[in-house]
Amino acid sequence: MARGYKYFEAIEKHAGLLAVLTAIMVSIGGLAEITPMFMEANKVQPAAGVLPYDALRLAGRDIYVREGCYLCHSQMIRALRFETQRYGHYSVASESVYDRPFQWGSKRTGPDLARVGGKYSDVWQRLHLQDPRKVVPDSNMPGYPWLEKTPLDAADIQARMRVLRMLGDPYVDADIAGAPAALAGKNELDALVAYLQGLGVKNEPAAAAAPAGDGGTP
Amino acid sequence: MQAAETYNDHVVRLFLLASAVWGIIGMLVGMYAAAELAWPALNFGIPWLTFSRIRPDHTFGVIFAFGGSALMGTCYYVVQRTGHTRLALGRVASFTFWGWQLACVLAMATMPFGITQSKEYAEPEWFVDILVAIVWVAFGSVFFATLARRRIRHIYVANWYYGAFIIAVGLLHIVNNLAIPVSLWKSYPIYSGAVDAMVQWWYGHNAVAFFLTAGFLGMMYYFVPRQAQQPLWSYRFSIVNFWALISVYMWAGSHHLMYTALPDWVQSVGMAFSLILLMPSWGSAANGLLTFNGSWARLKTDPAAKFMVLALVFYAAATFEGSMMAIKTVNSLSHYTDWTIAHVHSGSLGWVAMITIGSLYAMAPRALGQPAMYSRKGMEVHFWLHLSGTLLYVIAMWWAGVTEGVMWRATSADGSLTYSFLDSLIAVKPLYALRWLGGVLIWLGMWVMAWNLWYTAADARAHLITPIPVPIPEPDVDQIPAPLPAQG
Repeated sequence: MARGYKYFEAIEKHAGLLAVLTAIMVSIGGLAEITPMFMEANKVQPAAGVLPYDALRLAGRDIYVREGCYLCHSQMIRALRFETQRYGHYSVASESVYDRPFQWGSKRTGPDLARVGGKYSDVWQRLHLQDPRKVVPDSNMPGYPWLEKTPLDAADIQARMRVLRMLGDPYVDADIAGAPAALAGKNELDALVAYLQGLGVKNEPAAAAAPAGDGGTP
Repeated sequence: MQAAETYNDHVVRLFLLASAVWGIIGMLVGMYAAAELAWPALNFGIPWLTFSRIRPDHTFGVIFAFGGSALMGTCYYVVQRTGHTRLALGRVASFTFWGWQLACVLAMATMPFGITQSKEYAEPEWFVDILVAIVWVAFGSVFFATLARRRIRHIYVANWYYGAFIIAVGLLHIVNNLAIPVSLWKSYPIYSGAVDAMVQWWYGHNAVAFFLTAGFLGMMYYFVPRQAQQPLWSYRFSIVNFWALISVYMWAGSHHLMYTALPDWVQSVGMAFSLILLMPSWGSAANGLLTFNGSWARLKTDPAAKFMVLALVFYAAATFEGSMMAIKTVNSLSHYTDWTIAHVHSGSLGWVAMITIGSLYAMAPRALGQPAMYSRKGMEVHFWLHLSGTLLYVIAMWWAGVTEGVMWRATSADGSLTYSFLDSLIAVKPLYALRWLGGVLIWLGMWVMAWNLWYTAADARAHLITPIPVPIPEPDVDQIPAPLPAQG
C-alpha cells in the first residue's frame, strides 16, 4: 500500500473520525450553494404588483397546495423561446417571494400555470375544475367536485395569515381583520378560481420584451 | 467456553417483513395512480382516491416505507456481521422499528386527506417529520453504538455508506422540513420562493443521493461480495469512490432547476458537478460488477446474484443518463416531461429495487435459519417479471418523454408553435397504458417474493429459530478502545 494509506487507515479504524469527516464532506456542497442564496434572498424585492395573497387567494393557494396540483402543473416558465411563446414571459424570482411552499413543480402532465390568470373565464375554470372532460374532452385531469361543497373557514385563514406575518409577509392588521368579510359565503372552488385567475396577473416583469434564450439545439 | 453472544436478527426479520408488505402497498398505489393517468374516470370524484392526492403515497410508500425498511433491516444485519458483535441498544433498535412503521402509517394515512406540505418527497406534515427525526436519531445511535463495540478493528466499506446515509439524510430531513405550524394539519415552511426551491431540490436530489444511492451502495458492498463469494474487486477503488461520491453529490441538486428563476451560477455549478458525479457512480458500479469476475457462472444458478448484477447495470445506466440530463441543452428537452419519470424508475426499479430484492434473497434464508430460499423457481419467476416490467415501464416513459419534449418545442415555418399542449397529451396517452402494464408485472413479482418469503419463514413463524452465535475473533492487542468482552 502507498504511504498515504496510513491516513485513510486511521479514518477507517475510528468510527467517530469517519462520522465527523463524512458530515463535513456532505455539508460543503449544500453550504456553498444555499448560503449565498440566503444572502441574495434578502435582496430580492417583490416584483411590482406582487403583494402578499389576500385572504381569498391565500385560501385558494392552500387548496392548490393541499390537492397536490404541483404534481402535474408547473409554475415556472423557463427562459427558453418555445416556453415564452407558449406561456408568456419567463418567470423571475421576485414573483414567488410570498410562495410558501414554492410551487414551481417538476412535471407537466398538464400545462404550466404561472401566467394562467385571465386566460380563461371564471365560468370555464369552474366547469373545468368540477369535471375537466366537460370542457376538454381529451383531458386526463381528475375532477375536483368536492371543492364547491366545502365552505371556507375564516378563523383558520386568519390564523394562517398571522403565521405568515410572523414569517415576514407584510400583512397589516386590517388585512387579517377583513378576512371574514372577504370570505363570507365563499366556498373552496371560489377561492381556488380566485387564486388561479390571479396567477401571473399584474406581475409580468417590466422587461417583458427581453428576448429569451432558445436553449440551443439538442 | 463463554456464554454465547448471539446476533440480534429479530429486528432484522421484522424489517424484512415490513419491507415486503410496504413494497406491495407502495407499488399498488403506484399502479393505481398510473391507471388514473391513462383512464381518468378511475378517480371517481373521491378526494382520497384522486391522482394528485395519492401520488405522494406512492413515492413515500416505495422510497421511505419499502426502501427505508429494507435499508434499516440490512443495515442492522450488516453492521453486526462485519463487526462480529451483537447490535447495541437492543430496546432502541426495537423502537426504531416500531417508530419507523408508525411514521410510515401516519404519513400514508394523512397524505390522501390533503394533509401535506406539497414539497416533493417531503410531503408529510410537521408532526410526522418530528417523529421521523426522532426515529432517525435513534437509528443513528444504534448504528454508531454498534460500530463502537465492534470486534473487527477495520470498519468495512459497507458501513461507511450506511453511516453517510444516516448522517446526510438526518441533516437533509431536518433542514428541508423547518416550518411553523398553523394547526395540527397545516404548516408553512420558513423558506419561500427561490430559496425554498433551492433547499427543496438540495433535499430532493440528495434524498436520491443518500437514501436511494449511498444506503443501497452499503447493501451492495456487503451482499455482492457475499453472493459472488469473492472479495471486493478493489478495496482502494472503493475508498476513492466513497469520498468522491459523498462530497460531489451535494453540489448537484440545482440541476433540477435548469433555466428557472434560480441564479445562473447555481445552475452551472449544478451541471458541472453532475458531470463529475458520473465518475464515482461508475466507479462503484464497476467495482461491484468486477467483483463477479471469475464467478459469473453463479448467474446460472443463483437468482439473487442475477438481481444484483442487473441492479449494477441499471445503476451504471441510470447514473449516466442522470449526468446527461443535467447538461443544460439536454435538460431543456427532458425537463417537465415523462423522461424524468423514466429516469427515476430506471434508477428505482432497476437499481434500488433490484439490489434490495437481491439482498433480501441473500439475507432472508440466513436471518430465518434456512439453508436457502423456499423456492428457487419463485425467485426466477420474480426476476423475469421484474425485469420485463421495468423495461416495459421505462421504455414507455422514455418514448413519452421524448415525444413531449419534441412536440413542446416544435416550431412551424412561420415561427409559431406547431402543437398545442393537448396534442402532446393525446400523443402519449397510449404509452401511459403501457406503463401501467409494466407496473402490473412488477407488482405481481412482489407477490411472488412475499409468497416465497412466507414459506421461507416457516420456522420463524413457528418460533423454532435458534439465534446465531457471534464468532468472537482473537482480540487485537493494539485496539483502542479495547473491544468489549464477550457477553451472554
